[in-house]
Amino acid sequence: MNKPLRRIAIFCGLLVLALLVRDNWIQYVQASALKDDKLNRRVAIERYATPRGDIIVDGKSITGSVKSASSDYEYKRTYKDGPMWSPVTGFASQAFGATQLESIDDGILTGNDDRLFFRNTLDMITGKKKQGGNVITTLNAAAQKAAYDGLKGRGKGAVVAIDPSTGAILALASFPSYDPSAFAGNSNKDTKAWLKVQKAQDPNEPMLNRALRDIYPPGSTFKVVTAAAALENGLYTSADEKTDSPLPYNLPDTTTPLKNEGTIPCKNATMRVALQFSCNTVFGKIGVDVGKEKMLEEAKKFGFNSEQFIPVRSNASNFPEKMDRPQTALSSIGQFETAATPLQMAMVASAIANDGKLMKPYMVDKLQAPNVDVLEQTEPEEMSQPLSSKNAQILQSMMETVVKDGTGKKAQISGVTVGGKTGTAQHGVDNSEKPYAWFISYAKLPDGSSPVAVAVVVQDEDATRDSISGGGLAAPIAKSVMEAVIKSKQ
Amino acid sequence: MSSTTNSSQHHTSTIGAIGTPSRRNTELGLLVFAVVIPVFAYVNVGLAINDKIPAGLLSYGIGLGVIAAIGHLVVRKFAPYADPLLLPLATLLNGVGLVVIWRLDQSKKLQLLPNYVEAAPRQLLNSALGVALFIAVLIFLKDHRILQRYTYISMAGAVVLLILPLVPGLGFDNFGAKIWIRIPGLGSLQPGEFAKIALAVFFAGYLMVKRDALALASRRFMGLYLPRGRDLGPIIVVWILSILILVFETDLGTSLLFFGMFIIMLYVATERTSWIVFGLLMSAVGAVGVASFESHIQTRVQAWLNPLHEYKLSQSGVHDGILHSEQAMQALWAFGSGGTLGTGLGQGNSDLIGFAANSDFILATFGEELGLAGVMAILLIYGLIVERGIRTALAARDPFGKLLAVGLSGAFAIQVFVVAGGVMGLIPLTGMTMPFLASGGSSVMANWALIAILLRISDTARRPAPAPAPSPDAEMTQVVRP
Repeated sequence: MNKPLRRIAIFCGLLVLALLVRDNWIQYVQASALKDDKLNRRVAIERYATPRGDIIVDGKSITGSVKSASSDYEYKRTYKDGPMWSPVTGFASQAFGATQLESIDDGILTGNDDRLFFRNTLDMITGKKKQGGNVITTLNAAAQKAAYDGLKGRGKGAVVAIDPSTGAILALASFPSYDPSAFAGNSNKDTKAWLKVQKAQDPNEPMLNRALRDIYPPGSTFKVVTAAAALENGLYTSADEKTDSPLPYNLPDTTTPLKNEGTIPCKNATMRVALQFSCNTVFGKIGVDVGKEKMLEEAKKFGFNSEQFIPVRSNASNFPEKMDRPQTALSSIGQFETAATPLQMAMVASAIANDGKLMKPYMVDKLQAPNVDVLEQTEPEEMSQPLSSKNAQILQSMMETVVKDGTGKKAQISGVTVGGKTGTAQHGVDNSEKPYAWFISYAKLPDGSSPVAVAVVVQDEDATRDSISGGGLAAPIAKSVMEAVIKSKQ
Repeated sequence: MSSTTNSSQHHTSTIGAIGTPSRRNTELGLLVFAVVIPVFAYVNVGLAINDKIPAGLLSYGIGLGVIAAIGHLVVRKFAPYADPLLLPLATLLNGVGLVVIWRLDQSKKLQLLPNYVEAAPRQLLNSALGVALFIAVLIFLKDHRILQRYTYISMAGAVVLLILPLVPGLGFDNFGAKIWIRIPGLGSLQPGEFAKIALAVFFAGYLMVKRDALALASRRFMGLYLPRGRDLGPIIVVWILSILILVFETDLGTSLLFFGMFIIMLYVATERTSWIVFGLLMSAVGAVGVASFESHIQTRVQAWLNPLHEYKLSQSGVHDGILHSEQAMQALWAFGSGGTLGTGLGQGNSDLIGFAANSDFILATFGEELGLAGVMAILLIYGLIVERGIRTALAARDPFGKLLAVGLSGAFAIQVFVVAGGVMGLIPLTGMTMPFLASGGSSVMANWALIAILLRISDTARRPAPAPAPSPDAEMTQVVRP
């Protein structure tokens, strides 16, 4: 009977071998796929197993972690001034995942980033608990507060402030906003809070990051781009040269007149005067004279038609690529299909303030390991040069006139030179909806440096249409943001 | 040739070729490891979960040590030539199993389950009962051949045990498989585990008697030796029995186990490959036939083929009359998350498996917390137990002992394969427990009895033949001088 016994021994050995092979398959070959499977709850458990690192503004953290009541997620994210900072931080929720900085820098915040691998291994050996690193932002707490408080009084809108010399983002506010602390956990209460801020339940879309993810017709603020195109393409060489601008002015190839707001001195006005009074006829014609290709080229140099990553993604602003001559005229005064994110218009203001150089906008200054070693430092980077230094200075003087004597008087700050441009953009079918009030500006200190450029867009549901104007609604917000930045620099 | 004293030395060394060293001290040495390793594992779990050495360490260590020591002393006294590996290997598995069961007791998530009870103390008690049964077998079963007398009684006993769960009021349905009985005041029992041993005894006894008829009286057909119809009787009976288990108790595992065990023993008894071909064919027909109308089996197969889909179904809460289970996928995730070295005891999340995490699915906890390395070690320990069992069969001098040893080892191997393969997604899941590791009283007790029988057979096999009676002539031939 021994021969079959030996065969049975081999058979049993094969059974064990099959198990060993299968075990190697699932625990070695497929291990990482199974381990990182999104449906594998361990991924989320791991994420919340240690207190997350913090997002830091001006040396203070705007986030925190608390022990959570959940049975398997140990820590829960908390936010300080959540609604004010949520356009910057995004959210990290046990139930609903993470977005924006919380998602992009998740590896650093949870401590799972490859760059922390060596440290984690050391910690494991020495028995220390894994820690998350910190994300140091470029934001300015005072400017953010000024921006958010300004918006809060006025309805829907957004503010973006940039340091023109570096591209560092100083303020990024959106209103209405949401408190990411409300749904950071995974209880029923969190689910309720989450549903409450979704578009389906709240038509005001508090979850929409208006500063980065929504595009608005920029209206008259776009005229500075048109002016830049005129200067760059040699159509006019100075701010005080008379332009060839008839009044009334019919859209080319049509009999439809392009109207100005009120009776303003636009006939053959200089670009300075035209910008000061916001002449549609002058800039509409300049756009047509420059031509759609050159206009598009200039707009693209300012960042139009491409997404920005700061590192949070911002939607691409739009300057139409296909249009006829009347549409070119309308597009050149920020109407037709021209649409921009508040970030985009802040970039326009910052490029002009920075003598024509557009710096790539960014909001993460550095990534820090748990022991505050710097893992990654963002260096300011030139993105493009939409206009020459000389032309930039011409445009600056024009924008300064707007604030000194024109539509932007409410942005004046004593002892500081402010340049700006207002905008009131009609939208909706037959301009039926409340217009957007825009204001873009920059501040220039007596020493010639320019610490801040800002773009504000506000849509006020309560104000009557006539009272809405960039100068009246948006300029005061821009002013307080600029003041906050200047004050914090001193 | 020299003096008388010299000659006596010479005499023993000649006998020594027949006798084997008892190896009891090897067993004792290995047992020390088998006790120390689980104690370290216990400390490990305590430190990982509560940051302190568990309070019960002393009693657990002493308890396991005493169980092992008593087992060893009984073997030393009653089966001195028994295999030295089996007792330490079983002790080690039982010990680490206890630690992991205790570890799962600490899980907050499992404590929230509606029918949560602390399983470790019960398992410790059952292990002690198991070792008591082990001792009883070694003391009272002086020679395994005695079992041969109980061939048909064993069969009757096995059938009764298998039918018990179907008796109304006694048996109960636990998550799809009707394999438990409830004894008032004592708790629940899985009679199938004991039936395994009883059936092995019956098969060994029956086949020993019938093996010549089964082996020789056959017709050759297409290159295979086909058995005669009348000899087919028993195999058909066993086949039907296993199908009935499958149908009425929806227990694919046990059914496979009995049929596989029978085929192995039949093959060893007759040395005819045709039996294996025949057996495989019949099991395939039986399985496919039953699966085509048993929704429970179909669900298991579905979960095996596409565990992720089954997981999603269980999460979405569809009501299609089928109990969808996330467990197959949860087990795979547990294994994958463990990777090569595992998370360390007490630091995994295998409690996500939920119900049966400490019984049918206990291997997944080993996979997650001890990693590929740990599971391979566990599988190799099982492999060693099986191979020591078959080694015992090879060494046994009587056909009954050979058949019984190979039957028990084969059944053990199939059980390990079916459970581990099911949990690891190699084959469809079946409701059976990992021998010695898993929480479950019947399983632990039956497997300790199984080890005791193997030790008894190996003791008989390795025991030196009685010394020949001293010949009165010996002295005479020695004194011849030149």
